[in-house]
Amino acid sequence: MTQETSVTDTAEPLVSIKDLEIGFQTGNGFVQAVKGVSFDIFPGETVAIVGESGSGKSTTATGIIDLLPSNGRITGGSVMFAGKDLTKASKQEIVRVRGREIGYVPQDPMSNLNPVWNVGFQVREAVMANNMAKNKKEADKRAIEVLQEAGLADAERRMKQFPHQFSGGMRQRVLIGIGLAADPKLLIADEPTSALDVTVQRVILDHLESLTREKNTALLLITHDLGLAAERASKVIVMYQGKIVEAGPSLEILQNPQHPYTKRLIAAAPSLASQRLKSQKIVVTDAPQGDEIDLVAASAHRHDVVEHADHGGVPAIEVKDLTKVFSIRKGGFKSEPFTAVDQVSFQVPRGTTMALVGESGSGKSTVAKMVLGLETATEGEILIAGKDATALDKREMLAHRRRMQPVFQDPYGSLDPMRSIGSIIREPLDVHKVGDKQSRELRVNEVLDEVALPRMIASRYPNELSGGQRQRVAIARALALKPEVVILDEAVSALDVLVQAQILQLLADLQEELGLTYLFITHDLAVVRVVADDVAVMEKGKIVEKGNVEEIFANAQTEYTQKLLDAIPGANIPLGA
Amino acid sequence: MLMYVVRRLLQAVPVVIGTTFLIYFMVFSMPGDPILAMFGDKTPSPALYDQLAAQYHLDQPFLVQYGLYMKDLFTGNLGTTFSGESVGAVLSRTFPVTLKLASMAIAIEFCVAVVLGLFAGLRKGKFFDNLTLVIGLIMLSVPIFVLCFLAQYFIAIKWGWASPTVGADTSFSNMLLPAIVLAASLFTTSMRLMRGTVIDTRSRDFVRTAYAKGLPGRRVIPVHVLRNSLIPVVTNSAANFGVLMVGATVTEGIFNVPGVGNTLYQAIIRGEGPTVVSFVTVMVLAYVAINILVDLLYAVLDPRIRYA
Amino acid sequence: MPKPEHYVAPFDEDAVEVDKIKLDEKPSNLWRDAWRSLRRRPLFYISLAAVAVIVLMALFPTLFTDVAPNDDCHLEFSNAGATEGHPMGFTKRGCDVYARVVWGARTSLAVGLLATLISGVVGIIMGSLAGFYGGWVDSVLSRIGDIFFSIPYILAAVVVMTTLSEYRSVWTLAFAIGGFAWASLARILRSEILRVKSGDFVMASTATGRTKFSTLISHVLPNSITPVIVYLTLSLGGAIVAEATLSFLGVGLGSEVMSWGNDISAAQTSIRTAPMTLIWPSIFLTTTVLAFITLGELVRDALDPKARARG
Repeated sequence: MTQETSVTDTAEPLVSIKDLEIGFQTGNGFVQAVKGVSFDIFPGETVAIVGESGSGKSTTATGIIDLLPSNGRITGGSVMFAGKDLTKASKQEIVRVRGREIGYVPQDPMSNLNPVWNVGFQVREAVMANNMAKNKKEADKRAIEVLQEAGLADAERRMKQFPHQFSGGMRQRVLIGIGLAADPKLLIADEPTSALDVTVQRVILDHLESLTREKNTALLLITHDLGLAAERASKVIVMYQGKIVEAGPSLEILQNPQHPYTKRLIAAAPSLASQRLKSQKIVVTDAPQGDEIDLVAASAHRHDVVEHADHGGVPAIEVKDLTKVFSIRKGGFKSEPFTAVDQVSFQVPRGTTMALVGESGSGKSTVAKMVLGLETATEGEILIAGKDATALDKREMLAHRRRMQPVFQDPYGSLDPMRSIGSIIREPLDVHKVGDKQSRELRVNEVLDEVALPRMIASRYPNELSGGQRQRVAIARALALKPEVVILDEAVSALDVLVQAQILQLLADLQEELGLTYLFITHDLAVVRVVADDVAVMEKGKIVEKGNVEEIFANAQTEYTQKLLDAIPGANIPLGA
Repeated sequence: MLMYVVRRLLQAVPVVIGTTFLIYFMVFSMPGDPILAMFGDKTPSPALYDQLAAQYHLDQPFLVQYGLYMKDLFTGNLGTTFSGESVGAVLSRTFPVTLKLASMAIAIEFCVAVVLGLFAGLRKGKFFDNLTLVIGLIMLSVPIFVLCFLAQYFIAIKWGWASPTVGADTSFSNMLLPAIVLAASLFTTSMRLMRGTVIDTRSRDFVRTAYAKGLPGRRVIPVHVLRNSLIPVVTNSAANFGVLMVGATVTEGIFNVPGVGNTLYQAIIRGEGPTVVSFVTVMVLAYVAINILVDLLYAVLDPRIRYA
Repeated sequence: MPKPEHYVAPFDEDAVEVDKIKLDEKPSNLWRDAWRSLRRRPLFYISLAAVAVIVLMALFPTLFTDVAPNDDCHLEFSNAGATEGHPMGFTKRGCDVYARVVWGARTSLAVGLLATLISGVVGIIMGSLAGFYGGWVDSVLSRIGDIFFSIPYILAAVVVMTTLSEYRSVWTLAFAIGGFAWASLARILRSEILRVKSGDFVMASTATGRTKFSTLISHVLPNSITPVIVYLTLSLGGAIVAEATLSFLGVGLGSEVMSWGNDISAAQTSIRTAPMTLIWPSIFLTTTVLAFITLGELVRDALDPKARARG
């Protein structure tokens, strides 16, 4: 990064934002989302805004070029750009600035290209709109250049293709190309890689970085990941509830955070935690208490506990040569076999956590579904506490399900919106006819206590709770039957950093109290480091590497695992304190 | 694309067999003598009775009857009307008229629905939006025959802006009133769908990205919002054709347009069962064909289908 | 560029709250929210009142008129205008228009409700089984649905009523309409069920050991039912129109039965001389349908959380 290069204090900022206030008209009245934000961006500089969902970071970014949703409105402050206040600019003036002066790269590559126009059309549109070409032929030439610059091989042929024929990474390259098509002075990138696989993320970010440096384009990077922000930007701005709580040189923020919110964010970020685990030996005397969450401390404590755990005896889960073959419909009437899971074997000792890591399409979730009995295995054995779970009759299956419960990824999709929280948690008890009505109510209250939710929410509905709270309810439901094994399928992936840390803490506490065994499915190696004892890395249906977490992180044997490890944002930042 | 066309055509085969079988089954498995039943209060002459019995092969077992009926259907032998003319001949005389009326109605309906729906969607919650909603709901609630009479009474009889019946002169201007009435009975669902899709499309990410590129609203609205919103409206028009067929029957009857619908209308009113069955069968087959065409149009509009 | 300074906002040590539970005073879920938003719409009360009046007319016509609709006819009043006690004048046969209109509500409502009930039951069974079980069940049921979808239901009812001309009754008419109108509902429900059943909460329920059918009844259907309710409210209006159209075409109920469709049909020959004998039943018919369709639109609006969130 460039923050150490010689500077002249007289340089004019490219964009100067002063006391920006933005609000939304909602069903419950006017809600202020950005409450007086000020910062400068200098030519060629990379600035990152970091925050959780609801912090106002994306609203700030879209507010700069007036891309707010129709119910959003700038209520105060100014955005000075090239001597003009963009908040007071006319519609035509804003249109002239967009694309030509300030480019924009959106978050989700899947929804940001119009599905009915081919890619060439959509790039050409950006070129023509900003007078980068006189006629269609010239525009075509420039569009191909743009796509080539964005790293799309075979750009000329690709021009005629439609977005649905592109992978997520390729679409994001197209969107980066569109953002940079008119050589803007500033590029706003709103979580440009959050929807992509980690290895793709890294490649795209590297490319974005080299492109903006080459063209001396300033970059405003919006992200929820402090590690990523610090790695890519010279200046980091931390936002919380619509305000800037801390801002400054990225290294300084990371190594010497002042604001309590920043401190907690750093303590809770798994990517940074694993970095600290590597760089320092921490002596932990006791498990962290109460609301204070420090993943490093928590993880050190865990590993300490597990050392003493009983590793002998029958493993809680044992999977032998598990294979799943789907038949994929190939247009028309043909179908093709597709091996989603290929001869997977692993063991999870009782009371420990095994992480199954892989990118999308690696087959990790299919393994989880087979273990849960939600998919039938094509071949292989699944032993739960020594009992084969692949050949059970109806009654045995019911008993089997009682010992093993799932928690799924999407906190908004995993609870029936029509049921009250109490009835959701009670459902497993009802299905298994455990006890009478009164004892079931009692048990619901018990598990609500266990997941630290107030008992009175039993009469409430899922839409009244936040994502983290819903995930607690999902955990409570999983615990209702007192299972031995809990399968966590990306159970914390959709949560904000601080909430995620809370849930991880809760899971660790429950494991210790109840002697649970976890199978933890995730795409995020950083999280694995802080929660798991053993890890298996999956790629294209196969386990490519497995072993103890410490060993794999210290000394990965395969190139793929190493690639995944390198892709953890912030992994290369020295954090020694 | 070719695979899609082939698959869509193959899907139509069971539908054609099923619909014709269903109609045939409804008529010929009912209690009592099917031919007598079709005449209601009237009694056919013995000669007509024998002719119909032969036409529908009543001496054969049911499935054989159906097979022979299908053979007749596809060789164009659709029987005769009560006036002695062959159904095929009536069709070739009346079909072009109905096609003209239906095309006029659909063209008017589509343009009105798309334009009103687009502006209602862009002005969501404003006066114009509420106005189109109220007009649309009223139009949806007025049964087509009431609409016909109202138009006939006020526009034609009272104000004299058009002739109350079409008759033999099937020129564009003379058929405009029934076409507008037909369009008015149809446009609400398309308009509401258009409005909903416009509102939805407008808040989509790719529209924001289009603005971010530096495109002005006058380009984003037609190229990204309108273009995408047309897809569901076109798809929905397939279902609209079902309403159109019933509407055309009533409208042609009331305005005396010499089309297929009028022939069916007269046959229903006069209780000429066999003719009703023949014409309903023809209309259903036409509806199946239109559905296929609309699905192919859908593929043309949506590249995700075209290049699946 | 200048080296960025390290800015720290003034803070309060306890200001950071992680995931605090904030609940409104009243519990909320889809139904309660929908009810709350419905209660704020004046149009809701207007259409509800209209429906209530029509239902009262259908149940107790004598509350509204003591003139007999069929027996008190006097040919000397043929097509006469309104007079004392006969606010809407007389039909061609000299019957009181107002009395006939009041008594006609019963037929329209009975046929409309029965036909909607029939198409609702068939559509829900076909759509939910096809969507939930998939595979060959879906293939077979969806093909059957395609066949019924391909016959515009009024045309099908025309054929049925033509062949069943000797057995005309409210029941046959309702079956003729409802028996062919279910295919769209089945399609809507099927796609809704496909969406709902892929949700994690369905998988979580299966993982507790619930049987498939029990999952369908207790989780999938309740979450797919909103478009069904909207569709049924709207199709009640459609069924009333269908009854009137069939009666108008002379293949509905016999001409001796009081029905708005029959009356409009009978009045068409006098359209030049006595247009009001045609317009009055048309107004009642249209108002009834409008009331149901408006209710359907309002319910659709109230049940669509996306529409409400956008305000």
